[in-house]
Amino acid sequence: MAFLLRNFQKSNLPMWSYILKRILIAIPLILAMALLTFLLMRLSPGNFLDTIRMDPQISQETIERYQKLYQLDKGPFEQYLHWIKNLLHCEFGYSFYYNVPVSRIIGARLFNTFILSFASFLLTWFVALPLGIWAALNRNRWIDQCIQFFSYVFLSLPSFFLAMILLYWASQLGVLPLGGMHSPNYDQMNFLGRTWDLLKHLVIPTLALSIGSIAWLQKIMRGNMLEILGQQYILSARAKGLPENQVIYRHALRNAINPLITLLGYEFSGLLSGAALIEIICSWPGLGSLMLTAVRSKDIYLVMASMLMGGILFILGNLLADLLLAKVDPRIRYEGR
Amino acid sequence: MKNQSLSEFQIALGNFKKNRWALLSVYIIFILYVGAILADFLSPYSYKNEDRKFSYCPPTKIHFLKEGKLSWPFIYGVQLTFDEYHKRVYKINEKENYPLHLFSRGDEYKFLGIIPGRLHLIGTSQPARFYLLGADSRGRDLFSRILYGARVSLSIGLIGVLISFAIGLIVGGMAGYYGGVVDNILMRLCEMFMMIPGFYLLLALRSAVSDKFSSLQVYFAIIIILSFISWASLARIIRGMCLSLKEREYVLAAKAIGLTDFKIIVRHILPHTLSYSIFALMLSVPGYIIGESALSLIGLGIQDPYASWGNLLSDAMSIVRIKFAPWILWPAFFIFLTVVCFNVVGDCLRDCLDPLLKSEKKIS
Repeated sequence: MAFLLRNFQKSNLPMWSYILKRILIAIPLILAMALLTFLLMRLSPGNFLDTIRMDPQISQETIERYQKLYQLDKGPFEQYLHWIKNLLHCEFGYSFYYNVPVSRIIGARLFNTFILSFASFLLTWFVALPLGIWAALNRNRWIDQCIQFFSYVFLSLPSFFLAMILLYWASQLGVLPLGGMHSPNYDQMNFLGRTWDLLKHLVIPTLALSIGSIAWLQKIMRGNMLEILGQQYILSARAKGLPENQVIYRHALRNAINPLITLLGYEFSGLLSGAALIEIICSWPGLGSLMLTAVRSKDIYLVMASMLMGGILFILGNLLADLLLAKVDPRIRYEGR
Repeated sequence: MKNQSLSEFQIALGNFKKNRWALLSVYIIFILYVGAILADFLSPYSYKNEDRKFSYCPPTKIHFLKEGKLSWPFIYGVQLTFDEYHKRVYKINEKENYPLHLFSRGDEYKFLGIIPGRLHLIGTSQPARFYLLGADSRGRDLFSRILYGARVSLSIGLIGVLISFAIGLIVGGMAGYYGGVVDNILMRLCEMFMMIPGFYLLLALRSAVSDKFSSLQVYFAIIIILSFISWASLARIIRGMCLSLKEREYVLAAKAIGLTDFKIIVRHILPHTLSYSIFALMLSVPGYIIGESALSLIGLGIQDPYASWGNLLSDAMSIVRIKFAPWILWPAFFIFLTVVCFNVVGDCLRDCLDPLLKSEKKIS
């Protein structure tokens, strides 16, 4: 206990103050994003009630009742204040299109997007790092040139095109399900069956999302490794007589990975945004496709909540990146005072 | 003098020219842009010319041998039939044979919007249709639509990039030069723009744009929206460069002469950021092209009947259609080609201008 206390007081104070600072900066950013989202929705002409007004079966009284219920008759500033107040109670408003409170839909969709992003993130990092290291170790041999060529191709390929091609191949092979997240008989499966079903559905969207990132990350890893391998201390480690794999994995690799740690957080937050288009194409029920439906049907509260969610996750991802950087790079801790 | 020493830019340009891939990419980009400008002439049909009898017609085969002898290229007529699974099958009718005409009279167009004309590079006589890359659901020639689509996609790339660069350079220049409060405010603004996930902001901004806009207005709205979400990262980097550049002696001299701040920024500081800006510009064009394609793909961008590469691909969102009419994926190949070329040029420019960047940093 005393040991923990001592550790906490001695070296972690600059780090905790840095963390606190980053969190405090994040809060006004989130508020600013809420304001921006709200302004955008106010700018958008027409609201959900316009479509209902067109319907002759719905009476004027019902429309007026809806207006009072959703505060659509009050001024923009009052609507905004009302919305912020609700946000603090974790109430995101009501979705006109789905006829349920927004919080119910967002939760599930957020989780789905998270599954996809996480799977893509794992695939990217577990493939790109070894690939980059291998390419660096076999520099300029034919395998390296092959990898670099394919990296270039996949970097330039738009991810939605890749998704389309993958869907087409899958339809030819007939093994993988083509989009969606659950098979029709999902509810009747046991736990193992459900997991297997989920994995099968994950394959195409994850591949489409990851391949571009793998290409990019592999390039960076290879560049870092090559730079480190050219350093003096690697030369001295070899001269000392260390076995080659110790030189590479214990000394070179640790230093090469350092700069990539920051990328980890930023990439995670970027994944949520990049997943949106793939979700739409592969019919994956996530936050991105929800946003699209909401935008198309002018469902104000749903759009605002989705965008706010996306923004918050992005900020959290960046925060994670900053924290990881602080942990890994001691210079940041002491500068962050 | 004959042996004048070359400026650094000229050396960099010379290095650039030595790279075969970069040169090839520049030629391909040039061809694509020329193709876009001359779309009216190069395409066999107008982008609106539809013929429902040829819905999803496969690409027409051009034949050069007539009865074993070399002859002027010709095509056979096709007839739409349905097989026992109600699938479309186009039966080739070898009795009808239509030679291809060069410089034929075809659909009317207005070159550059003012000069009316009817001349097309290739055409055939009615009622045959020449589909170089196949037809879409309404029988419109995909190749023609790709050429017209190139106009939209490539121009959005160029104009959008120039606008966001103008904004980024000015904001970055001001933030770097003035420092202090101005710098703080501008950088917080940048961070706010960078914080919002790009695609979500794109969708939200697009929904804020009225549904009643005409196609031209939607086009400009898309350009502005795309620039809006991308200027921030450039501004940050330019600001970093300007922070160091403003300490140089010629800036002090310019101030002593009495040059206004704006002139100092624009005439003295920003030109030194050019070496970074140029390749960053090249490397961001693909982002705009893909952004516009993504918007049009989900139906929020350029609408029918106007063509844009993303618009053409929205047909390809259905797997059934890809299976039976795989040629509708051709626009994606063009997007890919453009993106690869811009990436190669950008990378090569960066490699060539890198020593320039390094020398900039050393002197400061």
